[in-house]
Amino acid sequence: MAIHRGRGFASINYPIGMNLGGDPSQALVHSNPGGKFMVALSSIDLGQGMKSVTRQIAAETLGVPVEDVYVDTADSDTGPHCMGSFASRGTHRVGNAVIQAAQEARSVMLEAAAEELEVDPADLVTDGKGNIHVKGAPSKSITTAEACGAAQFKQGRTVSGRGIFLIPLSEVDADTGEMTPVSCFAHAALIVDVDVDDETGEIDVIQMNSAYELGRALNPRLVEQQLVGGAWMGMSHAAWETTEPYYPERSHGPLDFNTYLMPGPGDIAPHNIAILERPAPDGPFGGKGPGEMCANPVLPAMVNAVFNAVGVRIDELPITPEKVLRGIRANGGAQPQGRRG
Amino acid sequence: MSIEFRKEYFADERDDNLNEVGKPTQRQDALGHVTGRSPYFDDHLFDGLLHIRCVRSPHHHARIRRIDTSEAERMPGVVRIITGKDVPHNLNTLLSLLDFGLDDEPLLSDKKVAYKGEPVAAVVAETERAARDAVAKVRVDWEELPAVFDVEDAVKPGAPVVNEVYPKNLFVYHGRYDHQKLRYGDVEAGFRQADRIIEGRYQMSPIEQAPTETCGAIAAPETNDRYVVYTSTQALFFSLDTTSKLLKTPSNRLHFIGGTVGGGFGGKVDSLHEPMAVLGTMLTGRPCKYIFDREEEMQVGAPRGAERWYLKDGVMNDGRIVARKFVGYFDSGAYTRLSSYAIIKGVGHLPGPYTIPNVYADVYCVFTNRTPATAMRGFGITGVDFAIEAHMDKVAHEVGLDPIELRILNAYRDGDMKAHRRLAKNTALIECCQVAAEKAKWPLSQAASQASSLRDGGGERGRLPAHTATDQNGLVSGFTAQSYAKKSRATQPSATPPPQMARHESAPVTPRVEQPRPQPVQPASAPPPPPAATEQRHTRFSSISGLRRR
Repeated sequence: MAIHRGRGFASINYPIGMNLGGDPSQALVHSNPGGKFMVALSSIDLGQGMKSVTRQIAAETLGVPVEDVYVDTADSDTGPHCMGSFASRGTHRVGNAVIQAAQEARSVMLEAAAEELEVDPADLVTDGKGNIHVKGAPSKSITTAEACGAAQFKQGRTVSGRGIFLIPLSEVDADTGEMTPVSCFAHAALIVDVDVDDETGEIDVIQMNSAYELGRALNPRLVEQQLVGGAWMGMSHAAWETTEPYYPERSHGPLDFNTYLMPGPGDIAPHNIAILERPAPDGPFGGKGPGEMCANPVLPAMVNAVFNAVGVRIDELPITPEKVLRGIRANGGAQPQGRRG
Repeated sequence: MSIEFRKEYFADERDDNLNEVGKPTQRQDALGHVTGRSPYFDDHLFDGLLHIRCVRSPHHHARIRRIDTSEAERMPGVVRIITGKDVPHNLNTLLSLLDFGLDDEPLLSDKKVAYKGEPVAAVVAETERAARDAVAKVRVDWEELPAVFDVEDAVKPGAPVVNEVYPKNLFVYHGRYDHQKLRYGDVEAGFRQADRIIEGRYQMSPIEQAPTETCGAIAAPETNDRYVVYTSTQALFFSLDTTSKLLKTPSNRLHFIGGTVGGGFGGKVDSLHEPMAVLGTMLTGRPCKYIFDREEEMQVGAPRGAERWYLKDGVMNDGRIVARKFVGYFDSGAYTRLSSYAIIKGVGHLPGPYTIPNVYADVYCVFTNRTPATAMRGFGITGVDFAIEAHMDKVAHEVGLDPIELRILNAYRDGDMKAHRRLAKNTALIECCQVAAEKAKWPLSQAASQASSLRDGGGERGRLPAHTATDQNGLVSGFTAQSYAKKSRATQPSATPPPQMARHESAPVTPRVEQPRPQPVQPASAPPPPPAATEQRHTRFSSISGLRRR
């Protein structure tokens, strides 16, 4: 009886946004006379950071500090239409809508500033710290607050903008499946190390090493939280969770978190992640969307690692000690495959 | 545990000189979340709030002979009992908002139930306790029916009919086939050319999204004859428009507020709670809350559906995959919800991130007597990626190749033609393989280490196959195609070509590069349909790429 170490690999790509398009999102941006901006959306923050990533995108586009922007999500009376937070579409679709809205608001702000400074708005730049100045002449400047105040009280301009992003609906050919499914893809490759106990059939996830390509990481901390949590969710899908343990039988369904198995703190594996950023041509600042795909490579990498450890193929998820043990017995014992790396 | 940003990759494709984007800015809502002060839907309390609990089917499949609510109505604290006849438009399919699929699911069933836990009545009571007690007193006279649970059993002739809208227990694609096809090249010719054939069968398990906050909504009368709804939805206007349709209420009488949600993972798009809460408010004039308890979330709330995949590869001895065939079954449960759409997404994803000259897929959306499935993280992709990547490991083992080298050998690269007939761009699979191997100290050959997504793609690999074998297997009758996408383009030819036994594409179509499409000048007009239009919807069945009952 022994513990066998195994390594498994998987690589994937992932389509960003609702397949086939046809899923618009809108954004409205406006400033108050103090030059503070509000972004109104009907999009949802599930904890993934929708409010924060759109806030950064708006600030970047407007050319103001992030503190000068707040995002309000999901009031159908004030937030314009959005399809919702699913299909990894939030950052890509809503982000693009926010850029468009913020660009329009920015251009009004610059026009207001130009009128105050008596210059051409095309000569103006923002420094991202709350100032607007003439390109190459930083002394000829006005604050964004002054520009927005002048727009409101002196010039009668609305520093505001509307944005929408829509990838028009694509059709699917019934006979060949020809379609234009999505406009960009994220990528990942992941290696997982497991220990398999050939006496009990239990597996222990030792560590994960991975590389994720996500377009531009708009907020590296938000990317990190998605990838770390998502990979653990993948681990859990592979070897713990199911609502129907004897699928297709409906018996023994869990009713609460005592019977719905998930990894506990002691089961969680360290994960070393590398981020690659190949910007998406149509993504907001090149961003794609890490939300869903981070779990996907873990499931197959886990079963491949079990095979590498003991020579048993688990083709039906989840990997349970029972399945591993039956596999080992059917093979007449553990059959460790070659060690990798 | 570590995270590193490998900025040297694709550096010439990025301008990293930005002020706010790319910075690790703290979340706008972090302080509220960590101090427990962020308001979630269930934090909105109302005087006189009523509680809704559903009477649910104890059977997997049964006809409803009679529902007797008389004893329950006399229970203390009971304000109202709702049944199917109280729902103004008691039939819907979630994606009718995209014109995809037939209305097939009632909010409260009054004729038949097709899964254990299906709601047939709702009790509105002063307290949750009173609602639960009254639920136990609703008497339903059931006529149990035979049930079917396995996807392949469900499509056999003579199987019990789960969903009467789709009598063969299969969703109908394009008004034409009982499955979604992918045909690219000639997979059988590819198998004949291959040195070896490698087959596998893979089963993805059903999984609960398991959010901390269960699904729910609170509705209350608002001034001016409107209703305010606090909701945990992941898709505010999806839920609003679904409520508008089911309750035949103009969308501007509904004021939905959400946006801060305690985890979703796909399980909060089904919009079951918002219409029920609003209906309760309409019928009682009082605020109503409808929320799943954990047991309902686990067993009645829609899970990630199970998927079964059969894979068959034709492989050369050097590891090149020359043909790949998929037959897939999505277990949609009793109703469509979103599985039909996920299949199209899955088919567009095949054969995975690899360039394979001959690809074939038949993917079925199957109705069985279980809780309807819905979206979950990676919807349409996670299950088939499990199958593809477990299979790739077998292929590597059988041909004696390192598993990472096999991926790099077959990886798609910029300029390659994909099986859905669009050119690949912005690819980075090879670089991910290389960096992951480096991090794990997994040695790669020089050739694999030097490969690049930017090189050696396109050319011959960017051409469509000279010949694609097509067929009309799984043709259905009684449905016609009517494309939502084509409605505004009446001059386009019909989506339905004249029937033939086999069609061969002799001349390849000009490849199209996937380009970001221009944004429309006009804002998209997506107002929810007026009541008159929703009135018609249940007879005007149509779909994205089409489905209309004759």
